[in-house]
Amino acid sequence: MFVRGLKRKCFDGEEDIEGTLAGIKAIPSYNLQRQSLLDMSLVKLQLCHMLVEPNLCRSVLIANTVRQIQEEMTQDGTWQMINTQSTGQTSLDRLVSTDILCRSSREQAEGKQVPGYGSFSKDFEDDQTQDSSETMSTSSSVQAPRNMQSNVWEMENPQESRGNFQKSLDQIFETLENKSPNSVEDLFSEVDNSYYDLDTMLTGMMSNTKMGHCDGLETFSSPTTATSNSNCKSDLNELDHIVEILVES
Amino acid sequence: FQSHEPEFDYLKSLEIEEKINKIRWLPQHNAAYFLLSTNDKTVKLWKVSERDKRPEGYNLKDEDGRLRDPSMITTLRVSTVACSPQAHSWALSPTDTARRGAAAAPYHINSISVNSDYETYMSADDLRINLWNFEITNQSFNIVDIKPANMEELTEVITAAEFHPHHCNAFVYSSSKGTIRLCDMRAAALCDRHAKFFEEPEDPSNRSFFSEIISSISDVKFSHSGRYILTRDYLTVKVWDLNMENRPMETYQVHDYLRSKLCSLYENDCIFDKFECVWNGSDSVIMTGSYNNFFRMFDRNTKRDVTLEASRENSKPRAVLKPRKVCVGGKRRKDEISVDSLDFSKKILHTAWHPTENIIAVAATNNLYIFQDKVN
Repeated sequence: MFVRGLKRKCFDGEEDIEGTLAGIKAIPSYNLQRQSLLDMSLVKLQLCHMLVEPNLCRSVLIANTVRQIQEEMTQDGTWQMINTQSTGQTSLDRLVSTDILCRSSREQAEGKQVPGYGSFSKDFEDDQTQDSSETMSTSSSVQAPRNMQSNVWEMENPQESRGNFQKSLDQIFETLENKSPNSVEDLFSEVDNSYYDLDTMLTGMMSNTKMGHCDGLETFSSPTTATSNSNCKSDLNELDHIVEILVES
Repeated sequence: FQSHEPEFDYLKSLEIEEKINKIRWLPQHNAAYFLLSTNDKTVKLWKVSERDKRPEGYNLKDEDGRLRDPSMITTLRVSTVACSPQAHSWALSPTDTARRGAAAAPYHINSISVNSDYETYMSADDLRINLWNFEITNQSFNIVDIKPANMEELTEVITAAEFHPHHCNAFVYSSSKGTIRLCDMRAAALCDRHAKFFEEPEDPSNRSFFSEIISSISDVKFSHSGRYILTRDYLTVKVWDLNMENRPMETYQVHDYLRSKLCSLYENDCIFDKFECVWNGSDSVIMTGSYNNFFRMFDRNTKRDVTLEASRENSKPRAVLKPRKVCVGGKRRKDEISVDSLDFSKKILHTAWHPTENIIAVAATNNLYIFQDKVN
């Protein structure tokens, strides 16, 4: 399940723990847990901005959590920056575009005349010339997209950015589906009881001495498994790609 | 009475729930009661006056006309005893959004607070706080705006706000990052600079990916004395001294047994539940809700606390409530409840305490409970 704290398992410690508990249950590595948490958060954000009026506080908190994970992954070296462009540090900020959060902030609604529903589509046309990310959000809300499938995202004026956005959404979900079965099942299984069990086990582990002497954020041990590495990489590649598109549009 | 009707937001093709988020009483005026109620978008002022006095031994107001208990049940009671509210409503409804310009809120209102001058009140949403005058219904003052120029930079929102009980120029607002800001309206028209900034340093040993979420403050309340602030975050209630900004004076654990379940609670969204907190009249006891229809009271003087349950199955009317206990591990005693048996759909988010009497109101899903001190 998911690690409660950022106490990093020392390389040795983790092996020991996994060894002793191998007979009971296989504990996902810290990286896999973190990855699952990241995926869960991204799904939440996606679901969030399916709503016409997402809860802004919740969205901000989830996005901050995602950023936190990404930052840690970057420092780990787990996050291979495929952004080979010179964007450098700024791309970290762009990774989770708060644009995702702000679908509800109808900039055009503030301080502008919005006569009524009848002429709304006209205003919508006017907004085309403005920041197209807002336009995207407007049109997506007008379409009331509940369905995550691509056809619903067809817009009246298919701009290239929206086409890409549509593709990237597909990519997000493909990515999630194609991931290693373990984590997906962990994510979507309804067996809440299993979470509790792992919670309890992890809590118990946490209080054991082996983990105790591992420092918190200060010690960054390198990621343990190559497989989780590549999983992270491909997902994060997708994420970068998606978010780039969102931001640039 | 029905305060809000469901509305339709034509701009967004969205139904606005009529669900009331907050109610605040105003001081009594000419034998009529005034209260403010708000849903996500609209604040309404209600005038509640007595039409017919029914000889049922039921009094609508105290002998000396003192202000009524600021709790939801009182509103409901009044309506059943032949009282019809006269509504004057204004502000922030979506169809008026364009006319009101920047003062309007495309975001959800989380707090309303009546000022001690009884002339003004404030409404707070995720990014802004606006000051309203009761007499002027078509415009407001924007006094706090934390909206960044670039929404991509948004990392913090306003979660609650309240006026100081005595100083009509001062108010506090809390944030999703666990900070509280005290502002003075005399300093500037737009209170972007705080007079005081309250934040507790993070405990590095408890740090996790959920640290920020559980530090988000869901409610902030001044003590009646005006000397302290009470805040509620996901796992604790904290009492702050206005003169000490770097850490709270007192911290009380509401349900620390949930600390090891944070990931599950994140997954089922319970971690985003917004609990309220209240002071008793003398500021000696604080109360807040929890899950499984439990609510907790903390005595600041004796440092004792109690867990009680608001449920019809487990207590009869007029019976003394039995303290409950959550068992965190090891052997579960007979009356204890284990953490895994807690019902997270039964949450007590809203509670109220009578300003002078030991009477409390507790909202549990569809039911409202009133409890009072045992009268011997």
